Order: sequence, then C-alpha cells, then structure tokens
Amino acid sequence: MVGSPVFLAGTPSGPGSFAKGDLKVAESAVHSTTAGDDPSRRDFIHIAALAAAAGAGATIVWPLIDQMNPSADTVALASVEYDLTKIESGQQVTINWRGKPLFIRNRTQAQIDAAVRDDAAVLKDPQADALRHKEGKAQWLILVGSCTHLGCVPTVGGGEYGGWFCPCHGSTYDTSGRIRKGPAPTNLVVPDYAFLSDTKVKIG
Amino acid sequence: MSGHSTYEPKPGFSRWLDQRLPITRLVWDSFVDYPTPRNLNYWYTFGGILSLCLGIQIVSGIVLSMHYTASAGEAFASVEHIMRDVNYGWLLRYTHANGASMFFIAVYLHMFRGLYYGSYKPPREVLWILGCVIYLLMMATAFMGYVLPWGQMSFHGAVVITNIIGAIPVVGGPILTWLQGGFAVDNATLNRFFSLHYLLPFMIAGVVVLHVWALHVVGQNNPTGIDPKSKADTLPFTPYATVKDGFAMSVFLILFAVFVFYMPNALGHADNYIEANPLVTPAHIVPEWYFLPFYAILRAVPDKVMGVVAMFGAIGVLFALPWLDTSKVRSMRYRPMAKLYFVILVVACIILGFCGAKLPDDQVIPGLETFKILESDLNSFVWLSRLATLYYFAYFLVVMPLLGLLETPLETPETIASPALSHPAAMPAGAMAAPEKKG
Ligand code: HEM
Ligand code: FES
Repeated sequence: MVGSPVFLAGTPSGPGSFAKGDLKVAESAVHSTTAGDDPSRRDFIHIAALAAAAGAGATIVWPLIDQMNPSADTVALASVEYDLTKIESGQQVTINWRGKPLFIRNRTQAQIDAAVRDDAAVLKDPQADALRHKEGKAQWLILVGSCTHLGCVPTVGGGEYGGWFCPCHGSTYDTSGRIRKGPAPTNLVVPDYAFLSDTKVKIG
Repeated sequence: MSGHSTYEPKPGFSRWLDQRLPITRLVWDSFVDYPTPRNLNYWYTFGGILSLCLGIQIVSGIVLSMHYTASAGEAFASVEHIMRDVNYGWLLRYTHANGASMFFIAVYLHMFRGLYYGSYKPPREVLWILGCVIYLLMMATAFMGYVLPWGQMSFHGAVVITNIIGAIPVVGGPILTWLQGGFAVDNATLNRFFSLHYLLPFMIAGVVVLHVWALHVVGQNNPTGIDPKSKADTLPFTPYATVKDGFAMSVFLILFAVFVFYMPNALGHADNYIEANPLVTPAHIVPEWYFLPFYAILRAVPDKVMGVVAMFGAIGVLFALPWLDTSKVRSMRYRPMAKLYFVILVVACIILGFCGAKLPDDQVIPGLETFKILESDLNSFVWLSRLATLYYFAYFLVVMPLLGLLETPLETPETIASPALSHPAAMPAGAMAAPEKKG
C-alpha cells in the first residue's frame, strides 16, 4: 500500500494537524482508490480471509457434529448369529440387534398359506410374501421388530391377520409382516441376513 | 417505561461500587422503583412463580446429578438408589419430578393470561416470541429429563418421540441415527440427553434475562390493555408487586407441597418404575400430562408426516400470533366476541389433553356405535381430537385475523386509574366501582 494517495495525504501533517481541506483530500483519495484497479486486490484479500475463516469454522464444527453419529463400537456390533433349532414351529423369538428388537418367526404352514393368499389383496406397501423370506425357507420370517410408524414393538399373533399388532397406535401387520391397517406407512423391515447353514443365520 | 434512575447510593461502599459496577442500581431500578400498572391482578403473578420454578429445578437438578448415573445399565438403579439410600433423596427426586409439572401448570396459565389480555400485541411482539422460545426449550428439557430414569415409559417415549424426526422425508433417517447416536435409542442417547438436560435450563435462564429485558423496555401490559399515561396509573414494584408475587408464590408452593408430600406419583406413570426393556413396549404408552394435547394433535392426523407438521404447527402459530390478531383493542375484557372464542379455545385444549391420554379408537360415549369415516368410528377419541385440533388452528388462523376486523369492541377506559367512569362493566351509578376485582 505504500505510495497510495491515502498514505501520502495523511503522512506529512500527521493526524493531529489535519485541516478541513486535508480531510477532503483524504476522502477523495479514498474514493479514487476504491474506484481504481487496486480494490480487486483488496476484495481478493477480503474474500480469501472470509473463505479461510469459513473453512476453518467448518473444520472445527464438523467434529462437534459428527461426534454424535454412531461410534465405531456401535457400528461394529452390527451383526449377530442365531441358532434356529431353538425355535419350534409357530413360535417367535425376539433378540436384540443393534439395540432394536429382531423377530425370528417359525411360521406354520397355515400362516405361510395365508400370507401367500394375501399377495393378491389390496396392500398399502405391496410386496409378495416370496420376496420377504429366503428361497426355500418360507417358514423362517426374519424382521426388524420396530413398528414402521414410530418404533414401538408390535406383539406377535395380535390383530385380525394373526401377524403382529402394535399397541401404540394400532398398526396391524399380517403373517408376512406387511402393513394392513393403521398409521404405519410401510411393511416391517426385512434386515440383511444369510443362512450360514440350515440351522444357523447371520443377521447384519 | 424506562425513565431516569432514582437510585441514590449511600456514601462509602455503595457509592464506590456504583461508580464501578452499578449492579445495585440495576436491581433497584428494575425491581424496587420500577413502575407497574396499578391494576395488575393475580394472573400477573405467574412470571415470578415461573422464575421460582426454574430456580427450584436447577437447584434440585444439580444435587440429583451428584447421585445419578447416566448409563443404560445403571441409570434405573441409580434413581432407585436416590429414592431409597441417599439422604433425603426421595425429597429431591419428588421435588424435581413434580417441579416439572408445576412449572408447566404455571407456564400454561401465564400463556393463557397473555392470550386473554393481548400481551402479544405491539409493542410486545419480541417479548412474546422470547416467551415462546422459553416454552420450546422447557419442552425439550422436560422430554429429555423424563428419559433419564430409564424406565419403560422413559425408553419407549424416547423411541416414539425421536422417531417423529424420522418422518421427515429423505434426510429424516440419517438425522434420526445422528440424534440417537446409534440405530436405536440406547446408551449413547441417554448420555447425550443427560448432557443436554443439564445444559438447556441454563439456556432457559439466559432467554429469561432477555425476556425480562424486553419486558422492561416496553413495560408490562395490564388487564385493561391500555398504556399507563401518568404516575396515577402506576405503583412502584416494591412493595406492591413484590408482596403480591410473594403471596401468590406461597399459595403455589402449598399446592406444590401437596403433590410432593401427599401424592408424589399422581402425575407420573406406574410403568416408569419398570426398568427399560427395548424388546417389550408397554401396552399403553402416554407422554407426561403437559405434552398430551400435542400428542393428541399428532395422532389426530392420519398421515405420519402431516401429523408431525400439525404438531409443530400448533406451536408455530403461537410465534405468528402477533401478526395474526388484527384487533386494535388489546384486552379481551373489551372484546366480548373474542372472549367467547377464547373460552372455547381453553376448552379445546383441555379436550385435546384428555384425548391424548386415551387410545385413539376408544369410545367417547361408551357403547354407542355410529358410522366410520377414515377408518375410525365417529364416536371415538380420534375424531374428538380431530374436531378440537381443527378449532385450535381455526382460532389462530381464522378467528384472530377476521374477528379484529368484524367485531365491535366495547369502549375502553381513558386511563388505567379511571375505569370507574367508563368501565362498561362498572356498577350502576352510585355504587362503588371495584375495577381491580374484574378480570
Ligand atoms: C427447566 C428445568 C428442568 C425441567 C423441566 C426438568 C425436568 C425433569 C424431569 C421431568 C425429570 C424426570 C423426573 C422423574 O420422573 O424421575 C428430570 C430428571 C432429572 N433431571 Fe431435570 N429438569 C430441569 C432442570 C434440571 C437441571 C438444571 C438439572 C441438573 C443440573 C437436572 C437434572 C436431572 C437429573 C439428574 C434427573 C434424573 C433423576 C430423576 O429422574 O429424578 N434437571 N428432570
Ligand atoms: S408405533 Fe406402532 S402404531 Fe405407532
């Protein structure tokens, strides 16, 4: 900035001894500076400084936000194995998976038939029963046991379809875990799982 | 209302301090010499009562935190430890738990007071909005506090309420996981709720300071809704307001004590004395009483997303109220039609509270089957809450804007001190008028 008109106007007399005329000179000098080609350099400095501050701000804020996301151990706990021989036909067990209930239901033939028959019914979230279990394992229905409305745990065997009934706001699911009545928008979720053997599944 | 200061420090320390930090002067000007309208009634004592409630919650909360353990494995046992083993622990916890309810009783009366006397109207818009912010923070604080004992209601209440966020299209899922700190409500959720439950009351205290500041800039409203015009219309804060506030606080504390000592669990739910079990939901989950009207609005709307919108909208309209009400007259004392709609609003809110505690499909009139609309019988609590919800919104969005333009208000008195002459409700000529008894 040395050599700019502002600098020259101010220096000789010093700030204490400004006469009115000097001030006018100084003012017009400032104006001519902003009108000239220098300001693009000044704008650049402003923009660069602001961008650096914004970048630094974001880098500091992000860890403060991201710390609330699931921690490494929470993510690592994500899969469980289960031995299916413990479940009799017609029974369901509820296990804890990622802090949520997981339903493993050994369906009877009548329940499977009812579910397949209702493939043709009017469904809120249409999906064939065959797509909700692994091929050739129609008796094993594995579902996340959280109502898709607001997350309560539906009770097994309740409701007019013999599937599940949610006590919180009355959502009713059929024996395929499909939503049939009530405020829930979608079917009970089928998690990712695989059969390790005929009697063992790994979920997650 | 802010005039020049009349504080005169005594020579010596008072004057020395006054020249360096005029804090005594601030207190004197704000709470001793401060002019208040001479006709304030008992509905105006809830501001002081609310400050008392915040103080009680903070003090009891800090000492509870000395014994409470924020951990999914230990929280429930630590609350039982407070109840059984800690010296006076039962008193501290019952004070804190019932204190939250008392806090909400006071805030609801304080808010209805504002609605009735038009305290949200110019120039008190910012004052009103700061009040709404305090109310929102109170709700967040109380919700998170209720999760801390980690009982069945705590847990499943937290599940249902956090899942409401999940209803937001597209971003709802990731936000929900972020908020819960996992894929379900769990230890991470409990810990952050404890941290925020400790923090928010101090933020409330900060907003209260702004609220009182705004109040002292624009001055207090009063039952007539007209501005004080001369000294004859006001009285100094001390002793008049301090003594009245003090009396009201004493009565309020008696009610508080009745709950704490004689019916400490009347406002709670028995299921919360069962430790949280993520695998079983209680047969009937209900929020604390002070959230019931909003819960009823949530369930009144058949669509998940729209239900959430309606619930937040119910609070949102409060923020917009200063611009929705078109009336030139502040106080409903001079607005007979508005008074009627106001009373219906209060009834609608109470009805919503009742509906929130019932199962949606329960019958209002037992044994009567009518016909079904939208999957529910007309004689059900879900339909009753739909009607009440409709009225709630209509009051703010239709009645308030239109009534101000259509109604003919009664004549307002010239000054606060002279209602005996022009108060329309004043007694026949010759009788002694007692305006301070009219509400
Ligand atoms: C706006 C003020 C506050 C409100 C409305 C509030 C509300 C609540 C509620 C409803 C509970 C559940 C009570 C129960 O059923 O056991 C609770 C628990 C708790 N609160 Fe607060 N609270 C407030 C301020 C505070 C503060 C400032 C602290 C700490 C400094 C605190 C610490 C605690 C602790 C440790 C618990 C768990 C122990 C228990 O459940 O009794 N609270 N709070
Ligand atoms: S949570 Fe299941 S119906 Fe609402």
